[in-house]
Parts: sequence; C-alpha cells; structure tokens
Amino acid sequence: MFEVLENETLAPNVHRLVVRAPRVAKARKPGQFVIVRPSEGGERVPLTIGDADPKAGTITLFVQAVGATTLRIAGTAIGESLRDIAGPLGLATDIRNWGRVACVGGGLGTAVLFPLAKALAEAGNEVTTIIGGRAEPYVILAEELRAFSKELLITTEDGSLGRKGFVTHVLQEMIDDPDRCPDAIYAIGPVPMMRAVCEVSRPHRIKTIVSLNPIMIDGTGMCGGCRVKVGNETKFACVDGPEFDGHLVDFALLVDRLSMYREEECRLVASLPPHLKDKIINVKK
Amino acid sequence: MASPSHEFLRRHQKVIHMKKELTPKERMAIERVKMPEQDPEKRNRNFDEVNLGLTREQASREAQRCLQCKTRPCVRGCPVHVRIPEFLQAVAEDNLPEAARILLGDNTLPAVCGRVCPQETQCEIQCVRSGKDAPVAVGYLERFVADWAMEHAEEVAEEPPAPATGKKAAVVGSGPAGLTMAGELARMGHSVTIFEALHETGGVLRYGIPEFRLPKRVVDLEVSRLRRMGVEIECNVIVGKTITLGELREEFDAIFIGNGAGLPMMLNIPGENLKGVYSANEYLTRVNLMNAWRADSPTPIIHGRQVAVVGGGNTAMDAVRTSRRLGSERSTIVYRRGEAEMPARVEEIKHAREEGIEFIFLSAPLEIIGDEKGWVKGLLCQKMELGEADASGRRRPVPVEGETFEMEVDVVVNAIGTRANPLLTTSAPTLKLNKKGYIEIDQDGATNLPGVFAGGDIVRGGATVILAMGDGKSAAAAIDAYLRRKN
Repeated sequence: MFEVLENETLAPNVHRLVVRAPRVAKARKPGQFVIVRPSEGGERVPLTIGDADPKAGTITLFVQAVGATTLRIAGTAIGESLRDIAGPLGLATDIRNWGRVACVGGGLGTAVLFPLAKALAEAGNEVTTIIGGRAEPYVILAEELRAFSKELLITTEDGSLGRKGFVTHVLQEMIDDPDRCPDAIYAIGPVPMMRAVCEVSRPHRIKTIVSLNPIMIDGTGMCGGCRVKVGNETKFACVDGPEFDGHLVDFALLVDRLSMYREEECRLVASLPPHLKDKIINVKK
Repeated sequence: MASPSHEFLRRHQKVIHMKKELTPKERMAIERVKMPEQDPEKRNRNFDEVNLGLTREQASREAQRCLQCKTRPCVRGCPVHVRIPEFLQAVAEDNLPEAARILLGDNTLPAVCGRVCPQETQCEIQCVRSGKDAPVAVGYLERFVADWAMEHAEEVAEEPPAPATGKKAAVVGSGPAGLTMAGELARMGHSVTIFEALHETGGVLRYGIPEFRLPKRVVDLEVSRLRRMGVEIECNVIVGKTITLGELREEFDAIFIGNGAGLPMMLNIPGENLKGVYSANEYLTRVNLMNAWRADSPTPIIHGRQVAVVGGGNTAMDAVRTSRRLGSERSTIVYRRGEAEMPARVEEIKHAREEGIEFIFLSAPLEIIGDEKGWVKGLLCQKMELGEADASGRRRPVPVEGETFEMEVDVVVNAIGTRANPLLTTSAPTLKLNKKGYIEIDQDGATNLPGVFAGGDIVRGGATVILAMGDGKSAAAAIDAYLRRKN
C-alpha cells in the first residue's frame, strides 16, 4: 500500500499527489514512469513521476481524471492509500547539454515536462519553456517552471492567459528568430500537439523529443500492448521509451491504437455515478 | 442426476470395505478412470474449471491400478522426483493425510502440477502399464490429493522447518520456479523474500494460465501455504528497475533469478499493429490477471467474433479456448506444422476440439489485413509442407509456392513464443548470458556471479511449469549448500 501524503488540485480534474514509495523514490530518474493500480480489482495505468524525494521516500505524481481509473486515483484523499505502484519504468531522459532548448508542454503534459526541463536546466542548457492550455485554469506549473527557465511563454486557446493561440505559433516564432532558434526541442502533451510541434521543427531538422503514452498493462515489456512505430521499427514504449525522436514517430498509428477501447471506456464512464460521470464529461469537452 | 448434497457425501465418504492387498492380476483388471469434465457445450461459454476432479472412490480405485513395481520409472520421469508409488499406495489405502504428507514433502505446488503438468510425457509415459493398457492417472491423483489437502489443512502434518540458519535469500519472480525455490529454502531454515514485478503473485500461473484450467483460488492457496512457512513476498518490485541485482547482492546472502521469459516474439508481418491484434501475453494477461472476462472489470478486451490464434503450444490453446469463452462464433488455430508436431499437451488439444475450436495445419500467416478504420478484417496465410528435420528434430515447414488463402477474422492472437526479457539482465552487465539473452548456469543452477543462481524460462527459454519447478528444486539444494558454506 502506498500512502497519499498530499493531494492538490492544480486545474480542473488535474491533481498533484505526493505518495510514499521509498523504493521508487530512490531509483527514479527524470522521464521515468510508474504503473498505478488504485484499488483491488482496478486497472493498471501508467503515470509519469513528476518529482521524487529519496530522503523522504516520496514521489510526486500528476494525474488528470479522464476515465474511471484516473478519477479514482485523483480522488484518493490524504491519508488513504493507492493499492499498487510499480516502477520506476521506462528509460530515463537523455539529459545532455544541447545549448539552447525549447521545452514545450500542453495540458497535463506540462507536468510530465517539468522534471525534464528542470534536469535540462541543471545540465547547463538555456531553457525556454512554452506551455499551453485551453484556458487559464488549465495552464499549470507556470511559476515552478519560471524558476529555472530563461523565458516562459504561455498560450491559451481562448486568450484568457498569455498569447491567444497554440504553443506551435510561439515555437515557430522562436525557430524563425536566429538569436532564439533552439538546438533541441522536448515536446510533451496531447498527441495532436506533439505531432504539430514535430511538423514545425521538421523542416529545420531540429532534434525533437516526444514522450508517448500509449495503452499499457504491465509496463515491463511483457505484453507488447504499448507498441509504437518509430522509423519503421516496432518499439515497446514501456521499455524502449517512453521518449522517442518525434520526427520518426508514426503518430497516425499512435492515435489509432489509442482509440482501440473507446467504446468500452464510454461504457465504463456511463456506468459511473452521475456526479463522477459529469466530472469526466466536463473535462473532456 | 445426484443432488449436490448426495454428490458431496459420495465424494467425501471414507472408502470402506477395501481389500488391503490386491493381486497384480486384480490391479491389472481395473480400467483407467475417466476425468469427470464439464459438458463442452456449456464450458465453452464459461470460465469455470473444465476438469471436475475425481471422487474419493474413483481416486482410491485408480490408485489400486499401481502395481507398486520395484523399478519405479515414474519417479525418474518426474522433474521434482515425487515419490509416486508411496503416495499412490496411501491413496489406495484411503490414507489421505499420509498421501498428502508424502506429496507435499516432494512438491511445493501439487495442486498446480496436478492440473497443468504434461504427465503424459513425464511420469505417466514411464509407467510400466503405459505400453500395455493405460498408465496410472498419476496427474489426476496428484490433483485429488492436493485438493483434499487444501480443504483439510488441519489433518495434514506439516513438516516443521529446519532450525533457522540466519541466512537470507532473495527470490526474483513468484512464478513456478520462484515459488518452488522459496518453499524449499524456507523448509531448509533460511529466511526467504520473493520479489514480484506484478501486483499479484504466481507469474505465469496468474497471468498466463486461464481460470478454466487453473483456478486462481488454487494459486492463492498454494501461495498462502508458503506465507505460513514464513516466506515474505513483496509485489510491485521490478528487479533491474526498482532495485538492481547489485543492491540485492549487498542485502542478501544468495539470490535466485526466476523471472521468466516474458517478452513476446512478434510475427513481423504487415498489419501486426492493427487494432484487434494481440500477443498471447497481452490477451491472456488482460483476461487472467486483469479479469477482463468479467463484465465489471475496468480492463477491456476486444471480444472477437472470428478469432485466429497463431501457434501450436499450450499458450495457443489457452488463448483460443479463452476467445471461445469470450463469445466468439469461430475460433481457429493456425499452425505452420502438422498436428503431430504440435507442442501442446494432448489433453489441451482434445479439450479445444470438444469446445468447437477449428485447426488449420501447415499454414503460416503472411499478412494481417485491416479495414479503412485500422481494425483487423482478415488474415492472409501461406500453405506450408514439411521438409527436412531442423535442429529441434521436427520437420521444418517450407512454403508451397503460390498457395495462399485468406480467412475472415476480427481478432488475431500471436502465440508463437517468448524470448528473454532483458529488463533485469541489462541492469546487471557482469551476469553471463548466452547468445539469445538467457542466463548461463552450471549444473547446480549457479551463474557466473558468486551467490547468484537462476532457473526456469530465463535459463531455458519458454518451457513448462514443471521444468521451472524442477530447476527451482535442484537449485535450492545448491543454494542451501552454498549458504551453509558461507560464513
């Protein structure tokens, strides 16, 4: 059992949890994830480890309630426990000094981006962070990211915070400016956002690293359910990733495979009690 | 039909009026018992166990078929060397506590082995009656005694463990090799901790073998017996990720690696990433570990109408029979060799046939065909014929030029085998591996690293439950000797 020590709402349905998991806290490196199963009979879902405190034996998890299981995780109160946490899984981020790096985060992806951006800054990179969301309440971790970013740029689709528009617009301007053009890009967020970032950087041949989150079960390479196509090779995101060269990723296949259980998910959400169901439907709008 | 209460009484009534000593002629006259089974037409729509188990009367009578021969070839055929004639004798005399004592003394997981061992190629094929009429049904009797022992734990004398040695051993993986190892070491007086990567114990017994062949209740009971012996089990620990082999070596006096060969081999044909294509590991894990067969499980699975399973082993049989129970209209095995070459147990093939599974032999998949939305709609196959014998001694299948055919399917399950999972071994670069990535061991199960032993599929490649258990048992003796030497 893994006790929840903190549970803070960052944005509608987005929670930051601090959980006691001493073994994971000690072993974890930026970019790695855990498999969480909130309760007996529950589903196993992968969540990126946002941060860790090996001395305190705790890890930070960010979770967006978009389905029955994530709702359950987000709803775990302080003092309650998550039944299973296994990890750290996946390969750690390749942290090196690229020079100038653009870190691009969208929605919950910003939380996944946070530990990488921090590690990149600590490795001596000049980090420009671009984060976006639908509207102001969905932009998370701005102050935390500002602390080590040379520049922090925010976009919202409705213009309620920062620039109106998408993260790709701001990134395009950065690439077009020879004084600001990044040597590498880390893009983490919804698949359409990562795909769009890759299309922006591709003509300029700027190394672009994305973090993929396909459907997983065990997270240890045992089942192959999380397979993705990268440069014509089939890879298992859980053990070969989760980070890949974005210019080689077959995003169309990723989107398609992510939709495999849409009907079942809808049925599951439909079976939830009304107040929980509304919570998920609202955030998905 | 007998009422349930009558049935219960019949099964549990002591068998009295039994002659103490039968002549060999009388023993030879008894016909081999038939395992009572669920009706195929019913069972292919439910996940309840197929084999119902013998009654006490049936068991006792079957055990009397044993000639108690002096050569005891059956014991040699058993990878864990169960004293078969002795426990059969006790069953024949209806002395079940004694039968259980003997069986549990030799086998850590008898209720599992009694269900999933390929007895027909091990103990039973060695039986002196095997050539003449039919071998003694050792597997059925093993299951009978093990099940009786689980229901009558208080009547079974548990052998007290040896005095505590103060030595600590770590076991990586709670599958058949690891559980056997843990039981043996605990009995020898060592303190044992098992590290399991998944959230539940049992390894392949939990995620691989379906409920209808091995009820998970049986695995739970076998594991709880180990816990009672003092074995500690920590789930959610992935050795190689959560902790390294190096860290384990600092903390423990000896380590046994039995983490299995959990990495699916891919078909490497076009269409493998379409929706509706599964590895057998994923398909079975969703159903067995995550209970996707239950309507209330949050883990989904695609319930195919027409399912093709590629492969001819026990895993392929498990997957295809599962698909039937998930409601398929047609479930088919596609295997590149012939029926005689299939590695699956005879009983699994028989059961599959009875349940309406179709078999297409001498056919290999060429391409999985998808519809415009990315779902599987067909499987294109190549007709094969058998050529020269290959390294495995079986005749190698070769394509018949120009002969292909297409099947209409909506789910394809790949059950062609597994490879070594490199998660642990890549984190331990000094551990010696063979070319295929399996751990190299000597005849004692020792690796090149002092105090580190290995067994099961991570050494052999995909094999059987009992061979993994045999490895666990023989390496336990070597670890015991190592620990007693070590100060």
